[in-house]
Amino acid sequence: MGKAFPEKLLICEHCDTVYRRRVLERGEVARCALCAAELERYHLLSVNAMLALILTAAIVFVQANLWPIVTLGLSGQHSSTTLWGVILAMWREHSQVVSVLVAATLFFFPLLKMSLLGWLLWFARGGRRAPGFVPLMVILHRLGPWTMSEVFVLGALVAIVKAHTYFDVTADPGIYAYAALTLLITIFAGVDLRQLWDEDLEPAA
Amino acid sequence: MSALPRAAELGLIACTVCGLVCRNVPGDAQLDGDGVDDAMACPRCASTLRRRKPDSFARTWALLIAAFLMYIPANVLPIMRTASLNDIDDNTIISGVVELWRAGSPNLAVIVFTASIVVPVLKFLALSVLLVSSQRGSGWARLQRAKLYRLVELIGYWSMLDVFVVALLTALVRFSVLSLVEPLPGVIFFGLTVVLTMFASMSFDPRLIWDGKDSDD
Repeated sequence: MGKAFPEKLLICEHCDTVYRRRVLERGEVARCALCAAELERYHLLSVNAMLALILTAAIVFVQANLWPIVTLGLSGQHSSTTLWGVILAMWREHSQVVSVLVAATLFFFPLLKMSLLGWLLWFARGGRRAPGFVPLMVILHRLGPWTMSEVFVLGALVAIVKAHTYFDVTADPGIYAYAALTLLITIFAGVDLRQLWDEDLEPAA
Repeated sequence: MSALPRAAELGLIACTVCGLVCRNVPGDAQLDGDGVDDAMACPRCASTLRRRKPDSFARTWALLIAAFLMYIPANVLPIMRTASLNDIDDNTIISGVVELWRAGSPNLAVIVFTASIVVPVLKFLALSVLLVSSQRGSGWARLQRAKLYRLVELIGYWSMLDVFVVALLTALVRFSVLSLVEPLPGVIFFGLTVVLTMFASMSFDPRLIWDGKDSDD
């Protein structure tokens, strides 16, 4: 087994340079002197604040999925869709690959990410490691860039502008929920989840 | 010899999953820096510790070439059909951008052009340059190359934009004979291109840019 030095040293993941770790002050960001990659930043959000953000995101996510996103009107007829309407439509139209991509990146992965974070943070809040902490943290790391809700918001905007030439377009609550979700994701983007490894948590009972 | 010590010189290894700094104990595993069979588990998260991502050059090349092969039909084939009473119109990625420009949204046209054309092309070029220069152990513009890699990682997934637009329009434009939108095979190829380029940039190891640095200093 390798021997660990969890607190003292830090290695830049972009160039393998070794640094002695230092406690960061509010607003400070440690950058690699060789390759300028970010090493670590001050944890602005406490565990409680992160949990609050995740719960908010979960509520907004439910709304973004339940409510229709946008409605089109053409000579008295109306047509609207939710995210699952999109997924099923692509499946029916012989684009199952796209359907699976959309379902994974816009529904299952974001859902998984929020559930995992909620679970881990809920226990971290009580100073404990959640049951399954290690494998769940690894899954969270692997999810990486595969959640794409923010791209979908821009896509919806483009679709609305394209449809606007031929149809009456009405924005539905779903699109606002998505916009709020994007905002929350942006706030959360600055959070380095690895800090949970370093929190001094008691092992799960 | 640079003033900044690198992990390999100190006999240290960073876990790529949890970031833990570990010492490789000689005799425990073949952690001699040759990148072969470096099987040792991180004591914190149990992931395999490796000096470098395995077969980084070969895997990245393979995924990049596969992505490029998908990118050709993605651009040549139409991605979406719009059908109305007396008109059937097949759109390619580029014709969609042109239409958006004409429809009076040049800003959005620029965004879609960037996400669908500029970003994938940038990824192909950037990763090829990174691969070739790192394979040669080149010392040229290392800092800029490191930044280029991080840019590619950051913007890569925004290319999915056009796929989502087609999917949303397909679900929305359902007015039986009056007006219909159907996805066409181009969009599948485009989706696969995006996924493959994301895997390609993930399998490239940016630490390879800096390997061999001390021999030029």
